[in-house]
Amino acid sequence: MPDAALSIRNLRKAYKDVVAVDGLDLDVRRGECFGLLGPNGAGKTTTIEICEGLTAADSGDVEVLGMRWNTHAIELRQRLGIQLQETQLSEKLTVMETVRLFRSFFRRGPEAAEVISLVQLGEKWKCRVGSLSGGQKQRLALACALVGDPDFLFLDEPTTGLDPQARRQLWDLIEQFRLAGRSILLTTHYMDEAERLCDRVAIMDHGKAIAIGTPREMIASIGVEQLVEFSAGCVAEMLDISALGRIEGVREVRADNGCVRLQVTELHHAVPALLDELDRQGVPLTELRTHSASLEDVFVILTGRHLRDE
Amino acid sequence: MNSARWADHPLTQLTLVRFREFWREPEALFWVFVFPVLLAAGLGLAFRNRPPDVLKIAAVTPELAGSLRQEKLLDVEQLSAAGAEEALRTGRVALYAAPSPGGAVVYRYDDTNPEGRTARMLADGAVQRAAGRADPVPSSNRLVREPGSRYIDFLIPGLLGMNLMGSAIWGMGFTIVDARRKKLMKRLIATPMPRHYYLLSFVLARLVLLIAEVGVLLAFGAWVFQVPVRGSMLDFAVLCVLGSLSFSAMGLLIAARAQTIEAASGLMNAVMMPLWILSGVFFSSQRFPAALQPVIRALPLTAAIDALRAHMLQGASLAQVAPQLGVLGAWLLVCFTLALKLFRWR
Repeated sequence: MPDAALSIRNLRKAYKDVVAVDGLDLDVRRGECFGLLGPNGAGKTTTIEICEGLTAADSGDVEVLGMRWNTHAIELRQRLGIQLQETQLSEKLTVMETVRLFRSFFRRGPEAAEVISLVQLGEKWKCRVGSLSGGQKQRLALACALVGDPDFLFLDEPTTGLDPQARRQLWDLIEQFRLAGRSILLTTHYMDEAERLCDRVAIMDHGKAIAIGTPREMIASIGVEQLVEFSAGCVAEMLDISALGRIEGVREVRADNGCVRLQVTELHHAVPALLDELDRQGVPLTELRTHSASLEDVFVILTGRHLRDE
Repeated sequence: MNSARWADHPLTQLTLVRFREFWREPEALFWVFVFPVLLAAGLGLAFRNRPPDVLKIAAVTPELAGSLRQEKLLDVEQLSAAGAEEALRTGRVALYAAPSPGGAVVYRYDDTNPEGRTARMLADGAVQRAAGRADPVPSSNRLVREPGSRYIDFLIPGLLGMNLMGSAIWGMGFTIVDARRKKLMKRLIATPMPRHYYLLSFVLARLVLLIAEVGVLLAFGAWVFQVPVRGSMLDFAVLCVLGSLSFSAMGLLIAARAQTIEAASGLMNAVMMPLWILSGVFFSSQRFPAALQPVIRALPLTAAIDALRAHMLQGASLAQVAPQLGVLGAWLLVCFTLALKLFRWR
């Protein structure tokens, strides 16, 4: 792809006993926010660290901004913004001292104070890093990734462990950066994060991309628009599952532990029919939920497992 | 503009980080600056030179008491025979002198007690001189009590060496292993930071802190105990810098691979403990068996302390401590080369 900001071909990396990345192909277009979505251990971090030049691949080819790590490492370092998963910045330094330190490594870029106010830490510039909250620390880490005015931003699980408000704040910042026309590769195991931020996502499992596309395309690809879940409580055994499958608009029925899940195409027809059927079987409803299909459902349908499962 | 550019140089920023992390750690300040001074003060006080002790003895007759009082180092009390026996038994006097038939004198004392033996010599000398003995060889005394040969003079260079080693190894080892453990080092190498600047910032910060560390202990020794520095200050600086660099290289080697603070501090203690004992910080390393001496002389702390002592107390020049400089240089070279080979950034 000629206008690719990042292109990965047949990438492989194995550690002593596990294959972390197993023949991955991927392209990130310029100006695009691309998400690597997958459960823990899917190979997301290994992939992003190979792209960041921190881990050497066993085989395959990685090109970032048209350059390769073995020939253009110094130039690449100047143009990438990187946030690692579990960096703890020095707690005894202040916000300003930390950003100035990182700024000093880059040839060009905004002033430290400018970046600090960009990530909304302006009032905290004199505070020690140790006194910041989790969300503030994460925004400081983002500031350290932005000081070099990067063309490409790598974010490894930028919102893991944050409360909802802090996550939304960080999302806004990442969105701003994307709107400025820079490319982003981020990893996450939150599908709402991927749906909100990413133009395209790759769902990774066992070191491979099992699906690549826009979140909308992917959700459409499973051919299911809506999901209905209900709980039949203690009378679950009496339930006639096959009768539910015959309701119009219901494509698949799955039941476990008294909780029944139906994939449905037309909610407005399926739900009244479902209620009638349950009434006929004499099963009382204890809970009824419906939601639109999400990337989580895509993952469940492709792998049979949930994203947050081990 | 020029000064701003200098201030925003990565090496300046990295070195400033070293200082900030140090100043903002009160415990580090205590161990580097206060502890060595407290140790010097305590040991200096405990082993201070006291005026010579005056020994208490007793005499049974006035004549004997009179002769004995000619000796200024004896405090003579005249007692009855029974009283003198009682005083000796309870340790109030170290000896008593009693006349015996034929003009002879008998000294009663415990010969396993050093005070008793000293009193015997002093008392007999006084009695013989009073009876008219002339010494066949004229003699006089020159007392050695001036600065340079007391325990505190021996101690201060030892503590200086210990401090050079401790602050270099702890300072280097802890900071590096902590940065590796927190993935901070990995974050730094993900930036365009030139890697040698990171290590260089440790050396620069160490050299600046060295002035303060050595200065405090040296000033304390000179001010409170008049401990001399007889060699040139320039040579002294060269010794301290070389010593500190060698120990920093050891610290770097110790921190080259360790992933946890526990592993690093175990290694540091394993390296430093034998050096504290063998290298003559508190007592002369000459007390160890002769067979061990070549090994002890090859240790970096022995070399540093021997060179500092020779320089401060005997005014030795750098040429005179060349063997010690050679030992320190060799440790520097070997440790630094190995450390660079083994170093892991993550």
